[in-house]
Amino acid sequence: MTAHPLPTPAVTAPAAAPPSPVLEFWLDFRKNSGAVAGLVLITVLILLALSAHLVAPHSPVLTNDTAFLRPPFWQQGGSLTYPLGTDAIGRDILSRLIHGARLSLLIGIAVVSLSVIAGTILGLVAGFFRGVTEVAIMRLMDITLTLPSLLLAIVIVAILGPGLMNAMLAVAIVLLPHYVRIARAAVISEVSKDYVTAAKVAGAGRLRLMFKEVLPNCAAPLIVQATLGISTAILDAAALGFLGLGAQPPSPEWGTMLADAREFVLRAWWVVTLPGLAILLTVLAFNLLGDGLRDALDPKLKR
Amino acid sequence: MLRFALTRLSLVVPTFIGITLLVFVLIRLIPGDPIETMAGERGIDPARLAQLRKDYGFDQPVLVQYGFYLSRLVHGDFGRSIVTHEPVIAEFQSLFPATVELSICAILFALCIGLPAGIIAAVRRNSIFDHGVMGISLTGYSMPIFWWGLLLILLFSVQLGWTPVSGRIAVQYFIEPVTGFLLVDTLLAGDVGAFRSALSHLVLPTIVLGTVPLAVIARMTRSAMLEVLGEDYIRTARAKGLPRFRVIAIHALRNALIPVVTVIGLQVGVLFTGAILTETIFSWPGVGKWLIEGINRRDYPVLQGGTLMIGAVVMTVNLLVDLAYGLINPRIRYTR
Repeated sequence: MTAHPLPTPAVTAPAAAPPSPVLEFWLDFRKNSGAVAGLVLITVLILLALSAHLVAPHSPVLTNDTAFLRPPFWQQGGSLTYPLGTDAIGRDILSRLIHGARLSLLIGIAVVSLSVIAGTILGLVAGFFRGVTEVAIMRLMDITLTLPSLLLAIVIVAILGPGLMNAMLAVAIVLLPHYVRIARAAVISEVSKDYVTAAKVAGAGRLRLMFKEVLPNCAAPLIVQATLGISTAILDAAALGFLGLGAQPPSPEWGTMLADAREFVLRAWWVVTLPGLAILLTVLAFNLLGDGLRDALDPKLKR
Repeated sequence: MLRFALTRLSLVVPTFIGITLLVFVLIRLIPGDPIETMAGERGIDPARLAQLRKDYGFDQPVLVQYGFYLSRLVHGDFGRSIVTHEPVIAEFQSLFPATVELSICAILFALCIGLPAGIIAAVRRNSIFDHGVMGISLTGYSMPIFWWGLLLILLFSVQLGWTPVSGRIAVQYFIEPVTGFLLVDTLLAGDVGAFRSALSHLVLPTIVLGTVPLAVIARMTRSAMLEVLGEDYIRTARAKGLPRFRVIAIHALRNALIPVVTVIGLQVGVLFTGAILTETIFSWPGVGKWLIEGINRRDYPVLQGGTLMIGAVVMTVNLLVDLAYGLINPRIRYTR
């Protein structure tokens, strides 16, 4: 394949029994150090989000009149009471970031779940029924894809009104076409295979064919796209929050925090730097994980 | 080629009609009576309201109204801004060059760095450089660019004082718009100071807007190059003794560029998304900032008209990219 000599594989498969699919997947996945780093970071974030009310030193919304714009503890004027400083109305940044992790993960998972479920059903329907149904669904998805994603989300939020729930719905709609396309393409390539014919001959109904026979075999690309979708969802929701169209203050959503902090960019670097860093690290972790999953799940891409 | 162009064109028309439908539905779904919003009066006299409804055709069935809407669009009437009372299309035309200028600079920035980085990463596969490029480009791809812009302002404008914080040119310069591109107009006017001012205003927004395309282009170039470098004809070229540089720059790059060109075309939508955020951060007087202001002022005609025109621009560019792609790569023409 390549002009470079290939390194001999580190893991030699035992000749007798091939490893179980889960073990094989893990062995592939483990080799990708970036993906493992992403997984570790996501685990930490999930633990933080679950225990936010225990871990966070302060309430995310409680203001302190005596501590406006306190710097982090390592700077002059900072204290360990507020390890990462306070914002313009004396709220603890660390606590807001931790509670923000809860929001961001919730946004990512809820948006992608909604999008994957709706998208998979639409894609399965398009792939199975073909004809007019397929054309109608796919045209609609093409229109959605033509408009720049953030613009479409803004338009939807303009209809529904600003707010976290509406922003999440808007991002879910924006992400939808990807899952519809993947599901439809996978269905079309699977339907002609022998096992589907066998199930049909055995008398399986259409719903059983769609959900029990074909869907499990289309799962890999959907899982990969869903992981990458979480990062897009978090990023887009934060962008909407930053534009004042997503979560509304005093919600500790990271994008909304950044919007609040904009006017203090000259005086207090920490109120601007830290929420953005949190967004970047979270999005990066999901992208690393998604890349690793794709490499491990898709044998065609294995190098 | 004509057949290919016609099929591709026939796909564009229904999509565009779909977008007009979407934008039309938007008018109907927004809370509040559109006539009351348009008249800007609350508790308007019922007789006048009825007259206005009749004037604007709101007493007709919805389908007829959609027909009227389409015919107004065809005549170039995209409505008037509620706030400024200017025609939406005129506002769009006066602001669009600023967005285009910024976008062109951003994509050039992304190409100038992304292409060489991707090529070198592929040639020196698994080297430190390769890992560095891949790591940085994944970070760039994950970047919340609205935060990236604030960071750059913090460093270059506030700490170092190298670049201005916002705007397109310093206030003391007035340049008569000829092309609408300030870099070109200042040179046409022969004003070097104005040109330098415009250039320094452009640097940070260009970097911010170019970051995501740069990451995408670098990754795409690398994987396309890796694929091509594994082909037999590359081995043949090397075996017959061609210099390594020639094999990479001529034989491999030419084929590797085909998928890269598509990806660059697809970045138009990404650029608009980025432009909305970048222009908001840097107070860049372009279409993106105009749309966000339109939303905040509940100026719905601006949102509708702007969305429609941006949709049209993205579709046109995608169509041109597809046609260019068909010209570069004959295989595409016959497979569809």
